[in-house]
Amino acid sequence: MALRLVWIVMVFLLGLGALAQGSRLDVVKERGRLICGVNAKLPGFGFLDEKTGKYAGFDIDFCKAVAAALFNDPNKVEYVPLDARVRFQAVQNGEVDVAFRNTTVTSSRDGAAGVDFLPVTFYDGQGVMVKKGRAKTLRELEGATFCTTQGTTNEKNISDYIRARRWANTRVLTFEDGQKVMNAFLEGRCDAFTADKSQLIGYKGTTSNPEALEVLRETISKEPLAGMVRENDSRWRDALAWIIYATIQAEEYGITSKNLSQFLKSDSPEIRRFLGLEGTLGKDLGLPQDFAQRILGAVGNYGEIYDRYFGPKSSFAIPRFGTLNALQRQGGLMYSPPFR
Amino acid sequence: MGGLGLFRTPGQALLTLLLLGLALVLVSTLALWALGADWRVVYENLRYFLLGRLPVGETWRAWLLLLLGAGLFLLVLGRLGAIALGPIRPLSGPLLLALSLAALLVLLPVPVNVLSGLLLSLVLSLAAMVLAFPLGLLLALARQSRIPLLRVLALVYIETVRGVPLISVLFLAFVTLPLFLPEGFRPSQFARALAGFVLFTTAYLAENVRGGLQAIPRGQVEAALSLGLSPTQTTLYVVLPQALRSVIPAIVGQFISLFKDTSLVAVIGMLDLLGMAQAILANPKYLHLEREVYAFVALLYLFCSGLFSYLGRVVERALGLGVR
Amino acid sequence: MRFAPRPAEILLQALVLGAVVGVLLFFLHTARERMAAQGIPFSFAFLAQEAGFSLSEGLTYAPGEGLRPYTPSDTYWQAFLAGFLNTLRVAVAGLVLATLLGFAIGAARLSRNPLARGLGFLYVELVRNTPLLLQLFVWYFAVLLKLPPVEGALRFLGIWLSQRGLFLPWIEATPKAYGFLLLLLGTALAVWGLRRYLWAKVLLPLVLLAGLLFLWPPFNFLLPERTAFGVRGGLEVSPEFTALLFGLTVYTAAFIAEVVRGALLSIPRGQWEAARALGLDERTVLRVVILPQAVRIALPPLINQYLNLTKNSSLAVAVAYPDLFSVYNTIANQSGRALEGVLIVMAVYLSISLGISALVNAYNRRVILRWGV
Repeated sequence: MALRLVWIVMVFLLGLGALAQGSRLDVVKERGRLICGVNAKLPGFGFLDEKTGKYAGFDIDFCKAVAAALFNDPNKVEYVPLDARVRFQAVQNGEVDVAFRNTTVTSSRDGAAGVDFLPVTFYDGQGVMVKKGRAKTLRELEGATFCTTQGTTNEKNISDYIRARRWANTRVLTFEDGQKVMNAFLEGRCDAFTADKSQLIGYKGTTSNPEALEVLRETISKEPLAGMVRENDSRWRDALAWIIYATIQAEEYGITSKNLSQFLKSDSPEIRRFLGLEGTLGKDLGLPQDFAQRILGAVGNYGEIYDRYFGPKSSFAIPRFGTLNALQRQGGLMYSPPFR
Repeated sequence: MGGLGLFRTPGQALLTLLLLGLALVLVSTLALWALGADWRVVYENLRYFLLGRLPVGETWRAWLLLLLGAGLFLLVLGRLGAIALGPIRPLSGPLLLALSLAALLVLLPVPVNVLSGLLLSLVLSLAAMVLAFPLGLLLALARQSRIPLLRVLALVYIETVRGVPLISVLFLAFVTLPLFLPEGFRPSQFARALAGFVLFTTAYLAENVRGGLQAIPRGQVEAALSLGLSPTQTTLYVVLPQALRSVIPAIVGQFISLFKDTSLVAVIGMLDLLGMAQAILANPKYLHLEREVYAFVALLYLFCSGLFSYLGRVVERALGLGVR
Repeated sequence: MRFAPRPAEILLQALVLGAVVGVLLFFLHTARERMAAQGIPFSFAFLAQEAGFSLSEGLTYAPGEGLRPYTPSDTYWQAFLAGFLNTLRVAVAGLVLATLLGFAIGAARLSRNPLARGLGFLYVELVRNTPLLLQLFVWYFAVLLKLPPVEGALRFLGIWLSQRGLFLPWIEATPKAYGFLLLLLGTALAVWGLRRYLWAKVLLPLVLLAGLLFLWPPFNFLLPERTAFGVRGGLEVSPEFTALLFGLTVYTAAFIAEVVRGALLSIPRGQWEAARALGLDERTVLRVVILPQAVRIALPPLINQYLNLTKNSSLAVAVAYPDLFSVYNTIANQSGRALEGVLIVMAVYLSISLGISALVNAYNRRVILRWGV
């Protein structure tokens, strides 16, 4: 009896997953639930919605898209909040199936961190936020104290930037997480907060008086953000990549969550194939035949996801038209390879 | 000696006046601040502080756990002879097991990722203590063993763990533990943090118990052996019961510091009581309310630590310890 | 009891050794395999690579340059060293302050003044029963960052105090400083050695004056100055360092107070009475009879508290102070070397702890030899 109990406790504690054989895709399907690594404290991308007590955000919607594609239910997700410092380990160890956690794709991470990246979901760049009137351009900040988050690309980029210009007396102060950085910045401990611009805009939008802060125009680095999975599992990576592409392809076709029913009546073979009414696109990827429909029904196309959190009606608008995040035909980089 | 001896000599009087001033300044500053503070943040998030993300429909589990805990404590006191159990005395053994089992059954269905707030701090520290206690006992016996190899291994383990900061042990368990396990083992965050605390607490408990073992006069062991008890029997029936009794205060102290130390999981991103406080402060609505939130959290920690040491004293008294 | 091995015990030892070695080998093997599979085989070679990140404060050693401020173009091991020196800095300052405060509180708790006793009791209970991490947050976010901003900094005697830290006037040695000190030392020796000769009394001041003029200025005065952003110059005490220092001091002092109290209480009352009966006054009793014994009792637990303070300084990351553990955090993330890094950190702390324990043990043996138990 006591021994049995010990066993139950141990199994509970270890949270034993099925011994990994084959692709994570099969493991997730069998489990009937997606384990998604997210940032729990980043306005816009992933945060705890105080009203519903649930996670919401741009990154969260991609977790939901995957769950919708696999299980036809965007809520079949177990969210694991990941600290910037443990995110790669969590993916390497298989603690999470996938992490959508505002992570920059870099060569060293792809090469040495034991992860594979998914298609980029957000093109970002590192910027600098100051209190209004402190500085108009980045060049005026020689001698300032910069605050940033520990263990990020931002931390190294700002060091490179300062070093390249041989700035004297310029400090970099690193905190455990973005929220602490923001706190110290608002209190006046530092002159500038440097992070990805979308984050800065997000944090700015959450203050009581956003007008008092200013994100400088300059961008000091490329920060393409993407989801990541464990290295060397191409079936799982392929399935996820095409789930993301499906949101972009749908926007290219002009299919949204609202007009989906009209498109289901479409005669275009291209669209019928995309929506799974013809052919075997979904099955070939190891996904349900109608996965694109399910995604659209649950979270909508890429543009809808974007607008939900960064659109003009959201609490922190990040203009999209003409930026890298616009569709390719609108001057951006968002582009889906063909579904055929 | 005038009254309390506050103004016995000019020096004493001066000291008293100075301290009185200090106390008045402290009390009035605190009181003024507390009256003017914005306590809404505490009131609105009380549930998050205490129960974390436990779904509202599951609140009964927390109450039931509290009830079971109280029952268990009373039973333990009864078995120690501090309170009369009356007719249920013969049943107390099975009842103890049943209540523990019930507590586990109440807790197990809660997904570990949902455990947060004070509930996480409590569950984590209790679980770590329950697991570390037998291990610490074995380690202490090994440390005192007459077999050199056991002694050396125990010594190396104890001194290594006691020589490094808790947070490094926690990181080793949290970040690098999965590296040491075969493919497919995916311990949850909770399990890894628990492993770290167990590794750490075991070493300290072993030292506490060793203190108790050393306090047993050699004559007792010799007497027991000469009565024909085997060395194992001597340890089990003569040495350990006395040693454990004498180290109960130390173990209670260890538990309280373990409870406080669980706050370190906030550094690795888990939402214990302190982590939850930070998550709440991350809400722009509550910007600049650190003092209120931290004051409340400090009071909660104080209350819990106070409660534990009170319960510890109750047990000590039940055992007739500390009576001079 | 001498150990006489019995066959069963030899077998037991072999089994235990086998099990321990087996488990360790299994863990090491798995770790090696898994790290190799992830493309990052276990290795310390990364220590020689360029770190590339900044630290807000800290000195490091560079071959040929000696101790100098850390820069992002230094290597990972130099970053580790900077973190280690930061740890030492806060630990040493902390143990001095904690000792002073701890003795004061300990004395207050034994005072005949009930008010002092009460306040001491409150302090100890309040501090010991709340987590240090929480206290650090309070010191940093709720106290130090609430100081006036740079614009409204408090200034007195060239000292600047604001939420950006404390800036003190300081001196910096010039290359002439060594010569200057040698000259002073030499003159002092000469004055003493030649004190009988009249000519020396005339000549030496002249030599000294000439030397001083030649070697002036030995030190530069560094005065803090307002810059476009904050204050620079002089001796800088950052709020991160201060928060950690205050947190560690206040926390450890509570434990030291208990050690002191316990040690004083453990001296039998009879000793007081006997000493008083000999006609000694209170102060002399304390100084000659009680303290020497109490210090001997208190020393081992006191050292233990110093070690705790050093280990607790690893919570620095919570207040953005770049101590050894915080630097490890950054390195683990930027280089992916989480396991190698944590092993280095543990080895460093372990050598400090074991080194000091060895000293304490040696001391204890000496005391036991001299005084008996």
